Order: sequence, then C-alpha cells, then structure tokens
Amino acid sequence: MAKTDNRNGPTRRTVLEGGVATGVLLATGIPVGAEPADTVAAAASPTPVPTMPMSLRINAKDLAVELDPRTTLLDALRNHLGLTGSKKGCDHGQCGACTVLVDGRRINSCLTLAAMHEGDEITTVEGLAEGDQLHPVQAAFVARDGFQCGYCTPGQICSAVGMLGEARAGWPSHASADVAAASVALTDAEIRERMSGNICRCAAYPNIVAAIRDAAEEA
Amino acid sequence: MQSFTYERAASAEQAAAAVADRPDAKFISGGTNLLDLMKLEIERPAHLVDVSRLPLNRIEETAEGGLRIGAQVRNSDLAADQRVRSRYPMLSQALLAGASGQIRNKASTSGNLLQRTRCPYFYDRNMPCNKREPGAGCAAFQGFNRMHAVLGASEACIAVHPSDMAVAMSGLDARIETISPGGETRTIPIGDFHRLPGAMPHVETVLGHGEMIAAVTLPLPPPGRQVYRKVRDRASYAFALVSVAAIVEKSGDRVQSARIAMGGVAAKPWRATEAERMLAGAAASNGAFTDAAEAALDGAIGHGGNDFKIPLAKRTMRHTLAAAVESA
Ligand SMILES: Cc1cc2nc3c(=O)[nH]c(=O)nc-3n(C[C@H](O)[C@H](O)[C@H](O)COP(=O)(O)OP(=O)(O)OC[C@H]3O[C@@H](n4cnc5c(N)ncnc54)[C@H](O)[C@@H]3O)c2cc1C
Ligand code: SF4
Ligand code: FES
Ligand code: FES
Repeated sequence: MAKTDNRNGPTRRTVLEGGVATGVLLATGIPVGAEPADTVAAAASPTPVPTMPMSLRINAKDLAVELDPRTTLLDALRNHLGLTGSKKGCDHGQCGACTVLVDGRRINSCLTLAAMHEGDEITTVEGLAEGDQLHPVQAAFVARDGFQCGYCTPGQICSAVGMLGEARAGWPSHASADVAAASVALTDAEIRERMSGNICRCAAYPNIVAAIRDAAEEA
Repeated sequence: MQSFTYERAASAEQAAAAVADRPDAKFISGGTNLLDLMKLEIERPAHLVDVSRLPLNRIEETAEGGLRIGAQVRNSDLAADQRVRSRYPMLSQALLAGASGQIRNKASTSGNLLQRTRCPYFYDRNMPCNKREPGAGCAAFQGFNRMHAVLGASEACIAVHPSDMAVAMSGLDARIETISPGGETRTIPIGDFHRLPGAMPHVETVLGHGEMIAAVTLPLPPPGRQVYRKVRDRASYAFALVSVAAIVEKSGDRVQSARIAMGGVAAKPWRATEAERMLAGAAASNGAFTDAAEAALDGAIGHGGNDFKIPLAKRTMRHTLAAAVESA
C-alpha cells in the first residue's frame, strides 16, 4: 500500500509503478476496488525503485522483463505485459479471479511474486485457445452461458482447466466420501467443492457448474 | 508493500545462513500467507530468501514405517499422495478441508505450520494487537471474538492457530525436522513446536531466527480408524470454528486407545490428553464420549463472542469419536 510511514518513503507514484499497490484499504482490512496502474506506469518517477531482470515464459512465449521484486505475477501480467485477461478481485487469495496455470497447476497469481516463476510454464486465459479454436472449457462456458458480467470468468475457466486435470489424476476432495478411493466421479457436489476458490459475484453458479460438467463429460 | 530484495536459495544450509545473517530477512515458500501479510505491511521483511525450489519436495518412506514429508511438499500433493490417503486419511481430510484448490497448490508443508492467525484485529493496523505490536494491548479481548480461543489463551492474546493440517499432524504425533545456519539439525515434537501466548504472543514457535524447517516426519500409522471433522460458517473455503481429529482403536465394544486433537480452540493444535486417558479401556458408547468431551473442555474460558465454541467443541468431539467407531 502507499503509506507515508514506509521505511523507504516511496511516493504513491513509485509504489504504483512497482505495480503492487492497487487496492484501497478500509479500516476493516477489506481491500476494495482495484484501480488500474497501467495509466501511471509509464510516467517518470522521481526516486526510481530498484528493479531486477527476469525472464518469464507466458503462453509459450519467452519474455524478458525488468521488475520491482514486489511485483506479483498478477501485476506483471496485467500492468507490464498487457495480459489483462487475468482479473484482480481481492488481491488476497480470496476470490480466484486471478487464477492462472503454472506448469499445468492452478494458482492465485495475486499471492505469488513474478520473480518466483522464472522458467515456469505460465498459461493465462489468453493462452488457452488454439488459434480460433476455443479450449473445450471456454466453449462449454459459452454454450452454457456460464457468466453474467464476466469478471470472474477468466479465473473460473483457468481454475476449471486445472481442476479437471486434478480430477483426472484421481485427486480426492473434501466432498469425496472416501479419500483413499482411486478415482472420483465428478458429481455436481464434487464440482462445487473443487471450484469453491472461485467466487462469482453475479452468482452464475448453476451455469458454471453445468459448463464444467459438460467439459468433463466431453474429455 | 514495503520494498525488499530477493534471492533464490541454492541449498538448505545457504538459505538458513542467508536469513540468519539479517534480522530483517525471511524465508518465502508458497507465499500465500506471507505476501498476504506483506501487502498489508503487517509483515515487513527487507530481504526474502526463496526456498520454494529447494529439493525438499519428496515424500519418502522411513525405516520405522512412517513417512518423511519434505518442507516444500505442496498441500495438494500431500493430500493426494496415495500412501497418505490410505495410511493417514485424516491428514488428507484435514488438508482438503482447508483453503481452496489454488491455494493448496502453492501452500507448502512448512508454510502451513507457520501461517499466522486470522484474528481480524491482527490484520487491522488501526487496532491494538500484542501479537503485531508487543505491549499495544489486545482489541479482541473485549471486542469481536467469535473466532477466538477458549483454551490456553492469556490476557495478552486470545488468537487461534488457523491450520487444519497441523491439527491432524498433532493427532499423528508428527515431528518437525529443522536445519540451522551452521548445518546443525534438530527434531521437535509437534506438541512442543507452537507456543502458547503467555505474555509474549508475538513469539509463536520455538524456532530460532534462520532456523529452517526441512521436513515433517510421521511415525508408523497408529492402529484404529481416523476421522477429521471441521465445523465452519460456510460449507467450503472458510477457516474452522472448531475441528477435531480423532483416531479410535476398538477391541470388541470397548475403546482400546484413542488420540484426539482439536483445532480452532487455541493458539496451537490442542491434544486432548485427559480425554484420551479416560477413553482407554472405556466402553465405546456415547456416554463415554460425552464424558471425554467434558474433560477435554474442562477449564475452557469463553470471551463473549466465542462462548458457543465450548459446547460446539464438545459436540463435535462426541460426533467425531462416534463416527470413528461406527466406521471401524
Ligand atoms: C483465502 C485463504 C483461505 C485459507 N483457508 C485456510 C483453511 O481453511 N485452513 C488452513 O489450514 N489454511 C488456510 N489458509 C492458509 C494457507 O494454508 C496458508 O497460507 C499456507 O499453508 C501457507 O503456506 P505457504 O507455503 O504459502 O507459506 P508462506 O506464506 O510462504 O510462509 C508462511 C511463513 O512460514 C515461513 N516459512 C515458510 N517455509 C519455511 C521453512 N521451510 N522454514 C522456516 N520458515 C518457513 C515464512 O517465512 C512465513 O513466515 C488460507 C489462506 C487463504 C489466503
Ligand atoms: S487476540 Fe492476539 S492477535 Fe488478536 S488482537 Fe488480541 S493480541 Fe492481537
Ligand atoms: S485477486 Fe487473486 S484471489 Fe482474488
Ligand atoms: S459473472 Fe459476474 S462475477 Fe461471475
């Protein structure tokens, strides 16, 4: 956060340039509203923040960037690499809007540093389709109308892709009666439990579950 | 977030030395708790030592028939491990009852043990909190304390440890292996690992600065049926109000032995040793389970908002013990 008692005393602009402080904090500790840092990122800063070079592999492209170590993977994607598909909802791991795949596994990109992912294979919602051919999970969301405003949708889709892989690998969930059973049937209860890290403010849940059920059956 | 420098550790010894070198340095593993707190400037390390890529991500068989879990094993991999699922099912259940699929894919075994409390005043820098700022006072004591401790608390702090995994590990008598900057190692029984608040709630474990967790060892699985039960405000993706991990070994219609750990009630996973003692040799009946639960919560103190946890913990324990016996 931009704070005047900060040890190094960065101005609000330098903090924003670090691409990290984009939430407004209420006294309750609940961050609200994400303001885009993109608009100020290009402006010259009076006291430059130290940066470090890193190479990230995103959607099968190698990218060299120079970032403040504070930059989360989410802010690197959105504010520095122009990949705004991944969304910032809470910035605290509580909503899933920022979900991306790292080496095929779903994670919250807001709770990890870009610097920690050098050399990893990062896939965002922009990297799921093959040319004009939508990923089966994307197609299922369209067919089932698995959204209303669409803000949570990139996170829902990336999370579902990761989740279907987990289910195929036989991972149990809190909804599984016997954690030792070798395989799981993806019932609606299983889908809901496994997708509980993705909140939908529009409550499009019935159609989201239907889309994932379709995609699971198709696979 | 306050500015910091970042380095990736080359080895466990080097990581421990790098943190020990600087009082303002910290290890970062999955980052799911530390970064959350750094964004709010509750944690303000000036140097981060990334241990997430150290080769401590294996689960190995031990000579005594247990498992050695590397500190970097992710919560999701641990929960999905076939040996854990069949031999330590309550550990899988506890892990799967915690957080979300995305967070479990990042959260490490070590980071989970060391995650900090979810007390809302600890998270709110405008409120007094002895854990965040020793001597400032405790806003929860007479404040909104629905989530807080009923056992082992002090006037200085009534926060709970939020981990599910640690509760199951406590019931399984896990041991925590650490490595220090000089390369020395030590093994700490999980019961001695977390500290009760006393007058120093900001000191949460017995770890020294720069001492790194290398692994957690589970002894041979104890005989009996294992059950983890978590009670929370939502069906998923919420911290425990109360949780119980129980292992009950039956012989005929009597309890041969029982092990019980509780979560959501104290600053550490809480072993109900008196209840375990009472149950050894007792009838496997609801009456005996009720008596054991009464004993487990003997001396519990509510602070207003969390008074309900005392009867809730007793009932949860009774049901968990009954479930462990029924499924045996
Ligand atoms: C929205 C949300 C919901 C959650 N719900 C639950 C829940 O229901 N149940 C539950 O149990 N947990 C829950 N969690 C917490 C989650 O389990 C923890 O954040 C996670 O386990 C921390 O692991 P990590 O590897 O990310 O730790 P980090 O954030 O990397 O580190 C945590 C601490 O451990 C220290 N550390 C890490 N590794 C080592 C090491 N090897 N040696 C010494 N010190 C080390 C770090 O310095 C830091 O102080 C939730 C978290 C979020 C964000
Ligand atoms: S209960 Fe502990 S963590 Fe919460 S405000 Fe009091 S001192 Fe701080
Ligand atoms: S923005 Fe990452 S979980 Fe909400
Ligand atoms: S579609 Fe609006 S938040 Fe999910």
